[in-house]
Amino acid sequence: MYILRTLAVLALTLVTAGLASAAELPGDSLYRLDLTLTDHHGRHFTLAARRGRPQLVSMFYTSCQYVCPLIIDTLKKTQAALTPAERARLDVLLVSFDPARDTPARLAAVFGERKLDAGTWTLARTGPGEVRTLAAALDIQYRALESGDINHSSALVLLDRDGRLRARTDRIGEVDADFVAAVKQALAAP
Amino acid sequence: MPTTSAIALAASLLLAAPAADYVALPGGRFLSALPADAKAEAVTVAPFRLRSEPVTNAEFLAFVRTHPQWRRDRVARLFAEPRYLAHWQAADALGPDAPPQQPVTQVSWFAAKAYCESEGARLPTWYEWEFAAAADATRADARKDPAWRERILGWYAHPSTAPLAAIGGEADVYGVRDLHGLIWEWVDDFNSLLVSADSRDQNDPDRLKFCGAGALSLRDTENYAVLMRVAMLSSLKAADTTVNLGFRCAKPADAENK
Repeated sequence: MYILRTLAVLALTLVTAGLASAAELPGDSLYRLDLTLTDHHGRHFTLAARRGRPQLVSMFYTSCQYVCPLIIDTLKKTQAALTPAERARLDVLLVSFDPARDTPARLAAVFGERKLDAGTWTLARTGPGEVRTLAAALDIQYRALESGDINHSSALVLLDRDGRLRARTDRIGEVDADFVAAVKQALAAP
Repeated sequence: MPTTSAIALAASLLLAAPAADYVALPGGRFLSALPADAKAEAVTVAPFRLRSEPVTNAEFLAFVRTHPQWRRDRVARLFAEPRYLAHWQAADALGPDAPPQQPVTQVSWFAAKAYCESEGARLPTWYEWEFAAAADATRADARKDPAWRERILGWYAHPSTAPLAAIGGEADVYGVRDLHGLIWEWVDDFNSLLVSADSRDQNDPDRLKFCGAGALSLRDTENYAVLMRVAMLSSLKAADTTVNLGFRCAKPADAENK
């Protein structure tokens, strides 16, 4: 009887918590997308599971020689413009345009080569249809060429803790001061 | 949990709107206005099926009744901007400005995609759309015919304030209607139409910042009608809607024609 009651209370708590968080998700949140991704450890996660901390989000692919390394550099520089305390509270999510070649192992190799911070960075892949949808929602354009290269626009997007797009920058290779200011503001928000 | 009356309503709507007709297109090697690669001669379009007509207001109304998360008063802002279905009389009624047989417009890419999925279909790719739109009533590829180009182009000169006609224009050689002269149409990979080529392939990177850069990687620059479609689609965001922008759906070649 006691166990049953405990289970009932537990179930009710879970349902209530679930309803509360679903109800609070803003209409313009990126976390409205029903997407499952796989990280550089091979772990699956839903996009909505990123909720709770501000994020920098961008897209890339590992076999890209020119712009994509610059995207990682720009994300690192943006992080470096923050205080250590701010840096620790900001996550970075970089999703591949190239699910065919960017396996979790390939992502893990780049993660190591680029000495990314394990505490805040995630490199991820998802399915081809999901890549199209995520790029569409982020207003990023891309096109696979027959050569195997992928033509794409580059942007860093700032999401607040609820997945709302707070700022974006198309400046790659340098720190965008306005973007950094928006990041600091998102981190300062209660 | 659907109520009995909701099920009856859905059934009556299904009866009222006969299932969409999909027709087979052969695909093949195709000279696109937007080459797959700077060096590539042609793109390969696999055989596919295309909806013979665009999705109508009546059909989209049936969809929002069975998928209420796509009602204009319930849709998440991420998926559709405020003008979404704004010409309808109400969230679940068409009214005088949205005749049932008129193509549905003012729909976002997300909404168009969700509709096609509800029909067991998907949005066509740009190359599929362009392949289909090259045909006229007697030829699979009429694009070299100046008279055909003139006729197609004539529509783009019309002001977009005129009310939209109903679907059911002349069928082309495949039995597809209304690809020209009625609406603009979403494609699945609308966000792949970045008309500037990769910066490594360009002599002057600054030119990439301008629309004119697109012409560098476009072939067949005399086909203005297609180029305008590319330019318009490449300027859109996925939640955007416009008064002339609708859609149709596509299926794999082996899909049943249901």
